Amino acid sequence: MKATIHVTLKRGVLDPQGKAILASLSHLEIDGITDVRVGKFLEITLKDMAEEEARRRLDEACRRLLANTVIEEYRIRIEGGGGAR
Amino acid sequence: MRAAVLVFPGSNCDHDALDAAYRLTGTPPREIWHRWSDLGGVAVVILPGGFSYGDYLRSGAIARFSPVMDAVALHANSGGFVLGICNGFQVLTEAALLPGVLIRNANLRFVCREVCLRVERNDTAFTHRYRRGQVIRLPIAHNEGNFYLPEPELDELEARGQVVFRYCDEHGNVTRAANPNGSARNIAGIISRDGNVLGMMPHPERRTEALLGGEDGTGIFLSLDDHTRGR
Repeated sequence: MKATIHVTLKRGVLDPQGKAILASLSHLEIDGITDVRVGKFLEITLKDMAEEEARRRLDEACRRLLANTVIEEYRIRIEGGGGAR
Repeated sequence: MRAAVLVFPGSNCDHDALDAAYRLTGTPPREIWHRWSDLGGVAVVILPGGFSYGDYLRSGAIARFSPVMDAVALHANSGGFVLGICNGFQVLTEAALLPGVLIRNANLRFVCREVCLRVERNDTAFTHRYRRGQVIRLPIAHNEGNFYLPEPELDELEARGQVVFRYCDEHGNVTRAANPNGSARNIAGIISRDGNVLGMMPHPERRTEALLGGEDGTGIFLSLDDHTRGR
């Protein structure tokens, strides 16, 4: 089964990368973009298991390794959970 | 002073740390590969600078799970001394042996130059060879040296006197211009609550010989040596 995880900076944490990208976008004269914040996107493949169990394991993975919870938060999306497919 | 210098895949300041510790204390330090679990009963563990695991995911995020880090945590929790330099500091924050996190430099540049630091405390095992308020010069070389903690926790850190080094100008003034990476409150180095774990972004091991730029880094090694005489 597959899951995707977005790891993003918490609100209030300075994101100089996002600011630099925003400045570049305005130099490209693509108007209307007012803010950019940069995060990480992970594609995870797991053995088939109950969605709840998958979520529990991925939550642990995020808390312990994938996100630094001082500055980051995470969002887990499971694609097609449940039994064997 | 019996010391160990940890070597992770990607560490590159281990030899300077080994050399500085040996020259200044007279005792050959041990080199400990990150997969070993025995520190050999040393008094001081040094986590050197470098790019452990290529800084993949986050600097120090993967190294903190190296087998040796269990022994380091045990050593720290038993009151043993731990010195984390640059990437070593990053590993210690990821391992929660020190609070906070080192994020990308605010100006997005890898900054490689000498900085002035103000010694905020000389009543620690790492700094008693310095004077309080003394300005020392050490080099920095990092892309993720911007120390961050939410404001309330920063206030607590300060209140507990855990800030040991601050970026300053040559006169000891802590100014925005003297801050090379955007670190909160110009923080360059902090100590654990119990005073036995210190992390700093600048490199003291690179300033222990006049021929190579100065000797302002010797104080840290000599202080530790004083504190661990015979251990």
